[in-house]
Amino acid sequence: MVMDLAFSEEQEMLKTMARDFLTDKLPKEVVKEIEESEPGYLPELWREMAELGWVGLVLPEQYGGGGMGFLDLAVLLEEIGRACLPGPYFSTVVLGGLPILDAGSEEQKQTYLPEIASGETIFTLALTEPNARYDAAAIEVKATAEGDTYILSGTKLFVPDAHIADYMLVVARTDEKSEDEDGITVFIVNAKSPGISCTVLKTIANDKLCEVVFNQVSVPGGNILGQLNQGWSEVQKTVQRAAAAKCCEIVGCIQQALDMTIDYAKERKQFDRPIGSFQIIQHYCADMATDVDGARLSTYQAAWMISEGLPCAQEVAVAKAWISEASQRIMALAHQIHGAIGYSIDHDLQYYTRRAKAAEVTFGDASFYREVVAQGMGL
Amino acid sequence: MDFKFSEEQQKFRQEVRDFLEEELKQGLWQPSCDAWIMGFDPKFTKRVAQKGWIGLTWPKEHGGQGRSYVDRLILTEEMLRYGAPAGCHWFADRQVGGAILLYGTDEQKEELLPMILRGEARVGLGMSEPEAGSDLASLKTRAVEDGDYYIIDGQKVWTSGADHMNWIYLVARTDPDAPKHRGISEFLFEAGLPGVTVNPIVDITGRIHFNEIFLDGVRVPKKCLIGEKNRGFYQILHQLDYERSGMERLMGNYPLFEALIQYAKETKRDGKPLSEDPLVRSKLAQLKIELEVGRLHMYRIALVMDEGRAPNWESAMAKVYGTDFEQRLANTAMEIAGLYGQLSPESRWAPMLGMARESYLSSKGYSLQAGTSEILKNILALRKLGLPTQ
Repeated sequence: MVMDLAFSEEQEMLKTMARDFLTDKLPKEVVKEIEESEPGYLPELWREMAELGWVGLVLPEQYGGGGMGFLDLAVLLEEIGRACLPGPYFSTVVLGGLPILDAGSEEQKQTYLPEIASGETIFTLALTEPNARYDAAAIEVKATAEGDTYILSGTKLFVPDAHIADYMLVVARTDEKSEDEDGITVFIVNAKSPGISCTVLKTIANDKLCEVVFNQVSVPGGNILGQLNQGWSEVQKTVQRAAAAKCCEIVGCIQQALDMTIDYAKERKQFDRPIGSFQIIQHYCADMATDVDGARLSTYQAAWMISEGLPCAQEVAVAKAWISEASQRIMALAHQIHGAIGYSIDHDLQYYTRRAKAAEVTFGDASFYREVVAQGMGL
Repeated sequence: MDFKFSEEQQKFRQEVRDFLEEELKQGLWQPSCDAWIMGFDPKFTKRVAQKGWIGLTWPKEHGGQGRSYVDRLILTEEMLRYGAPAGCHWFADRQVGGAILLYGTDEQKEELLPMILRGEARVGLGMSEPEAGSDLASLKTRAVEDGDYYIIDGQKVWTSGADHMNWIYLVARTDPDAPKHRGISEFLFEAGLPGVTVNPIVDITGRIHFNEIFLDGVRVPKKCLIGEKNRGFYQILHQLDYERSGMERLMGNYPLFEALIQYAKETKRDGKPLSEDPLVRSKLAQLKIELEVGRLHMYRIALVMDEGRAPNWESAMAKVYGTDFEQRLANTAMEIAGLYGQLSPESRWAPMLGMARESYLSSKGYSLQAGTSEILKNILALRKLGLPTQ
């Protein structure tokens, strides 16, 4: 094999199909409606996506999935980002399905994965807490053994889609004596269990992040995902994958912002000429395109490595650190070129602005990943 | 999609590294910034030529190795990583040979290519003139036909190659009546012809790489015309795509990056290594991130060339990105070194072999050479993004 940056024919087909489907189903009025609705997703659209094989795309065929790879998922996530699709796709597939596939027992996989693939159950990951950090020491929610069960208590914050989830992967501390990576366990928790209360937070992206309070929630010991006290490595893997997946969405988001901006610069006339004929606007657009391509190249490199099962902590860190800042530069210029019209809530640009801002800090911001890179450099 | 180097390519990279390590071990040269353009070492070039590493991508029937542009990028990346003195062959290898392969006559290929392959053609590029920088097509140097010769009169500036230059690749006006883009031709001739005066330019770093050249009735044999008469401007545009395309636009001062990391690890402030200072850590990591993104830009260009396309907007984009990075690297090194950054290499107090100061100064030229960043952004905006000119 030689290096190759092109999509496969199958990936091109997936991309086209996703673009057509989402263009048809998701005009921005619909995005707005969904964002403002209480559940934050359209159940009938969710079902259609499941029927198209999107929800099970990366799950093996034996569990009812499509048997495709993370790189294929990347293609789809880019289109989802471009279309601003609201809903629990990311939570269910990236934060629920993939960790179960990765670390679940055969029984767990057979129980949960087919339901995920068919769109019947919605999953999410309850990881972050009021301290709003992604490191192991930040995990304070406790799970205490009582016979064959564990009792969960504490608060998780910024949990996506918890209000509609059927199950949550809950990251909890099972060994009180430890304060870091040891003693962390991941539980598969029925989201409707007694003692769980959930409040949707109002966020910049209207993306239904929740506060989830666990008040003496009982979880069967059999619902441990992976090993007792050894859950952190899977959490890390999940965060890494989620960061890469978030990058894919943002590539779609900033590409669309660039495309819209170029179209606008060609159409909008001032001083009797298209503003895109002014060099300052041309250079802004050139800067945006360069940032988009850097984001695209580094994101797909990371996605390809995950797909190939290669260790890629550094590549993911490069991609997420880059895109977290590049996306902000891109959106700032997109607004500057759009002028006042882009400032209106009725203009499409604001959907991308809000999503890019939320994504900047989700699963690690630029500072977080610069530290990862610094460690990789031996600093 | 595949981001992996083949086994052969990994072996090749190792072979290049082993060669350069061995050279270093023998103390044949010191790594330095800008060595691809400032490092003149005819013996090193000869050894590189003997390895078959000049003309790597050229077809075998012309003495090349018929290898891919990705392979060549691996080679140049390693040369830059080690700061190897490749100035004697870089230009001929990068673009002059390619232009001859593309536009040259059979006779020119037979005569000139072997000389380049042997590392004996140290070519200076005679494009800019005092009144023709970014607006290259307004150049005034004239070439007038006279029997079997062209008589060339005019002046060039920022011609590369210092006093090592023995051939000049020159663009001159051959039809003063045609629209300015359509009356320009390319020539390749020996720098020692009567009427050629070469004056070195001492640059802002105090070093000499560039020259100004006066051409006073220089009689250039007609066989020195490269390609089609009056089509030279279009040929040059193509050649510039290649000139801008390489890793030297990202890693030209790479030795400074390694030195800076080392410096941050070894230098203590308040009893702690600088590398533990959160600000320093963050700056160095950011440079590394930018370097890695830049590498991907560069490999994309090589893949475009391997597809048989000239890398037009891709190399414009990558060169702006890469030279911005090189400038940030130099600026960051100066910031981190503080008062020490200003010291020149001769000072016993100079950290990082004085590379921070040198690179800071020379980096002012990075975003000007081979197309200013502004011209390159125009190219990107018009040719890739399709923005209107009026």
